[in-house]
Amino acid sequence: MISLNRIYKRYPGGHQALHNITLDVSPGELVFITGHSGAGKSTLLKLIAAIERPSSGTVTVNGQNLNKLSTRTLPFLRRNFGLIFQDHKLLFDRNVLENVMLPLHITGYRRREAVRRVRAALDKVGLLGREKALPITLSGGEQQRLCIARAVVHRPAILLADEPTGNLDAAYSADIGELFASFNQVGVTVLIATHDPNLTTQLQPRIVNLDHGRLAA
Amino acid sequence: MRAWLAHHFHALGSSTGRLFGNPLSSLLNIAVIGIAFSFPVGLYAIVANVQLASPRVGSDPQLTMFMALAATADDVATIRDRLKNEQRVSTFRFIPRNEAWQRLQQTASLGSVTASLDHNPLPDAFVVEAKGHDPRVLEALRDEFKGWPKVEHVQLDALWAQRLAAGLRLGRLAALILIGLLGFALVAATFNTIRLQILTRREEIEVSKLIGATNTFIRRPFLYYGTLQGLTGGAVALGIVAGSFWLLNDELAHLAALYGSQFQLRLPDLSDSLTLLAFAAVLGWLGAWLSVGRHLRRIDPHWTRK
Repeated sequence: MISLNRIYKRYPGGHQALHNITLDVSPGELVFITGHSGAGKSTLLKLIAAIERPSSGTVTVNGQNLNKLSTRTLPFLRRNFGLIFQDHKLLFDRNVLENVMLPLHITGYRRREAVRRVRAALDKVGLLGREKALPITLSGGEQQRLCIARAVVHRPAILLADEPTGNLDAAYSADIGELFASFNQVGVTVLIATHDPNLTTQLQPRIVNLDHGRLAA
Repeated sequence: MRAWLAHHFHALGSSTGRLFGNPLSSLLNIAVIGIAFSFPVGLYAIVANVQLASPRVGSDPQLTMFMALAATADDVATIRDRLKNEQRVSTFRFIPRNEAWQRLQQTASLGSVTASLDHNPLPDAFVVEAKGHDPRVLEALRDEFKGWPKVEHVQLDALWAQRLAAGLRLGRLAALILIGLLGFALVAATFNTIRLQILTRREEIEVSKLIGATNTFIRRPFLYYGTLQGLTGGAVALGIVAGSFWLLNDELAHLAALYGSQFQLRLPDLSDSLTLLAFAAVLGWLGAWLSVGRHLRRIDPHWTRK
């Protein structure tokens, strides 16, 4: 489903973020990308989500070589993903419902059907009662769950999460871990970049460990 | 198709909401556009009105040369010869006084006047057409003809009408130049408005791109906004012109009545109004399109960076 072949990523200025990464992820897998801060976890996710391009090597998603995607077809590839960002990237000028609505709106759902799906997603993350709330009034954990609801509302085949439990306490991160496990159980491929040991022991995932941009054993 | 329509409805709705959701700044923008456009539109409408009120301009200006009543057939023949030899004259026609008198008597409305006269008061006349339309040539001919023997009076027809027409053409041209310049100003104003909007909505655009929004999708609400703003600006311009004409018309009617005449400023007709609205809408769209094309490229999630 996702395959990286001899990926190198060097940022302008010379920082070598990834070094000869080859990795295959099968459909329905739950994969944790672990490693110290700065090991290249986020970069790896960004390459898969086509947010950045590798300096060399190829990334293939659903049989599509991302290097060969045009700006025109790129948006349609991105719709295969649910993205959960470290900094949430919520829109603070609109309420919870409208935030989760955004991906459905982009794909052109009719409003009534979209609202139904948004409610389902909010229910899943436990925010059903907070539809009209503004994101700024939510706690850190709630904001993270809102971000997850937005990522899954259009039922993507692949879920990419960058430090989803970054700033949360242990109890919260256990909750979030269970959420990811439940998406994985219904067949979603899940990739999580994390250095949270709680999450790792709880879910028994396949672990890809990065060390200074290289795959570590 | 349904998704496409939904997208358009949503973009239109959100643009309308944005336009009226922030009333003060939108109002100021629209007012500026409207006021700027009301000048050329008003000028254009006034020119059209004056044109409507003035009589039709004859095809060619003619000189009418009236002979003295005492002129004999020999005198007429002399003039005829001189006209034949005159290089600047293209054609001329002789109207004998008897023929003119008969025609006048046949004119029903003047029947009582002619009946009360016991002799023919009309002179022989020549109607002369000059080569070309140069007013200077015509005036020179008039002055020369006046000096010919037994010529009582020379009248230059339709020259004033030509001058008026030339003046009106000038006014219309000035209005068009103004429309052109202010049209550019409208594009520039929209360009800036949209630039500011893009900056304030930068996060939304970024996130939308990350979760699979196409460029068309992101561009659409801005294009709608520019178009709507231009359209409402054009409507405001029409409103200003209508209001001013309404205020002016009372006084104009009074003034015209003093001259024993009627004159009213009429508003631009439907097709002119629609053309103006369409023009303003297209310019608004163009400003938005240029702005979006220039500024959205900068908000790309680093995809182009290698």
